[in-house]
Amino acid sequence: MNTDDIEAVYDHLAKSLDTVGVENHPVLLAKLALLLARDVGDVELVFSRIDEAKANIGR
Amino acid sequence: MRPTGRADTESLYFDYPHFEAPTDRGGLEARAPVAIVGAGPIGMTAALALARQGVPSVLFDAKSTFNDGSRAICVARQSYNIFESIGAIAPFLRKSLPWTKGRSFYRGQQILEFEMPDSGQEKFRPMYNIQQQYIEQYLWQAVASQSLIETRWQSEIINVADCDGGASLTIRDPMATYEMKADWVLAADGARSPVRKLRGLSLKGENYEGRYVIADIQMDHDYPTIRRALFDPDCRRGGTILIHKQPDNIWRIDYQLRDGEDEAAAISEDNVRASVAAVLQEIGHNGPWELEWWSIYSANTLALDDYRDGRIFFIGDSAHIVPIFGVRGLNNGLADAHNIAWKLARVIQGRAVESLLDSYSPERRGATLDVFANASKSARFMTPPTPGWQLMRDAALNLALSHPFAGQLANPRQMTPYTYAQSPIVAEDDPAFSGGPVPGASLPGAQMGRGFLMDQLGAGFTLLTFDPSLAKDFSSNDLTIVLLDMNSSAAEMLAAGPRTAYLIRPDLHIAARWFNAASGEVRRAYEISAGSVAP
Ligand SMILES: Cc1cc2nc3c(=O)[nH]c(=O)nc-3n(C[C@H](O)[C@H](O)[C@H](O)COP(=O)(O)OP(=O)(O)OC[C@H]3O[C@@H](n4cnc5c(N)ncnc54)[C@H](O)[C@@H]3O)c2cc1C
Repeated sequence: MNTDDIEAVYDHLAKSLDTVGVENHPVLLAKLALLLARDVGDVELVFSRIDEAKANIGR
Repeated sequence: MRPTGRADTESLYFDYPHFEAPTDRGGLEARAPVAIVGAGPIGMTAALALARQGVPSVLFDAKSTFNDGSRAICVARQSYNIFESIGAIAPFLRKSLPWTKGRSFYRGQQILEFEMPDSGQEKFRPMYNIQQQYIEQYLWQAVASQSLIETRWQSEIINVADCDGGASLTIRDPMATYEMKADWVLAADGARSPVRKLRGLSLKGENYEGRYVIADIQMDHDYPTIRRALFDPDCRRGGTILIHKQPDNIWRIDYQLRDGEDEAAAISEDNVRASVAAVLQEIGHNGPWELEWWSIYSANTLALDDYRDGRIFFIGDSAHIVPIFGVRGLNNGLADAHNIAWKLARVIQGRAVESLLDSYSPERRGATLDVFANASKSARFMTPPTPGWQLMRDAALNLALSHPFAGQLANPRQMTPYTYAQSPIVAEDDPAFSGGPVPGASLPGAQMGRGFLMDQLGAGFTLLTFDPSLAKDFSSNDLTIVLLDMNSSAAEMLAAGPRTAYLIRPDLHIAARWFNAASGEVRRAYEISAGSVAP
């Protein structure tokens, strides 16, 4: 995936979040995480991505 | 609890018997090899399992009848194997409702249908629904016709003290308070176990957040025996509901209270009626119904650190409390009773060293911890304890509406039998096998002629073998020998070769197995597992 692709995902996700309303953001993102995790198919990799996402939160 | 105007044991469909205290007062103080405190399902099963091994016991219960209410209703295959081996199975098969299927719904839409593993190789179905008072009644019928068991109703144990080579019990009944000594005591006196308290022991573990009301109602409702779980239904947003069919047109409705919902108010008759009516509307039942019985519970995972205290063994709820939606409370306790009975019998009969009894606690406590792990998983899904668990649960359910894989997270996986792994009397596995059940596992079923492999097993240890010369070597032993054919379902199930042997314990767990068995090693494993020598 190049920068353009990532940017497209970024845009699409932002717009999608706005269509479901702020109270539904967590559940949409959690569903997405489960779906993508299944596509990745590698538990260890998913775990380390979760840990990376956790880093710096609240900084 | 029962509706206003009905006594505790006034059921819509069950006549509670009344048992008198012992009228024949002679010999009440005579020493017994085993005293069993509590004639609930676990105490009665222990007495029957001991009798099956030829050991007499005295069984005490403080009450004058069975436990009130239908309580435990889901009985697993493993427990039916136990009922069969203690000679009590016939009425269970006539009355109970077998089932294999579960359906889960999220906001009214089905997101999962699961099927518990079953096959024609198994004599019994994975699960049966039957009210606990029938379970107690059928066990009682077997107990009452067993001359090795002396039952004393209305007889409360008020003290248990150690004495030389046993324990001294103080018993209070309507006529007198007296003492009796026993070489061994089985404490089957339930979740609030007075014996546990008298011994200064306590359960340890966790309490979960969710509180549930269980209500039994009688109605004509057309739905098969399928476990239904309703997540986040319209009638109870944010809550979970379980629905089970029982014999006699009785249905169990099990619903979760909301956070902050007042417990005392929630279990008032009016509120229970209103909550049940809302559930019935949700599932489309418009006909009449009657309220039979209700109760409230919260999910706990609590156990004793050690199931043995000197000459006393704790079995059933006295040793452990598990969340009931795992349907393991009763099933787990029955396996305790079956486990300790044959070991104690061998020790009492002088056929085993006392250290055989040391295997009881690790085996059965291990099984309980396994139940805890599963139950905690279910509890977290049914009643998410924190916002994180809540979000993931909601996301999984929501995703399951379109993606079945996510629905699998709602599968309660209730039927995984436990393998005794860390047991001093279970042998290491033989690496020559490729497949088949491992030592410590419970023997799976296999068809044999018109019956089942299980029908061939003895009351003691059984050697399953495919090798006639091995069978001959043990013919003079007290082992039951079952010579199997290589062209049998059993051979396939056991992943056997022509010289394979399996050693089966009286509780149907596998003690050891050899792909190419030699007499010497079989004999040694038998001595260790049966306790003729210390491990
Ligand atoms: C309201 C309720 C609902 C339940 N629902 C479910 C369910 O849906 N599914 C499930 O799997 N499990 C359920 N359970 C748990 C299940 O009922 C127990 O696991 C099962 O009854 C345990 O059997 P037990 O023989 O160990 O104890 P109990 O059935 O409690 O029996 C103990 C016996 O000991 C006697 N006793 C106590 N103290 C003394 C004394 N000092 N002297 C003499 N006798 C004494 C009592 O009178 C009683 O008969 C429920 C329990 C309750 C209370």
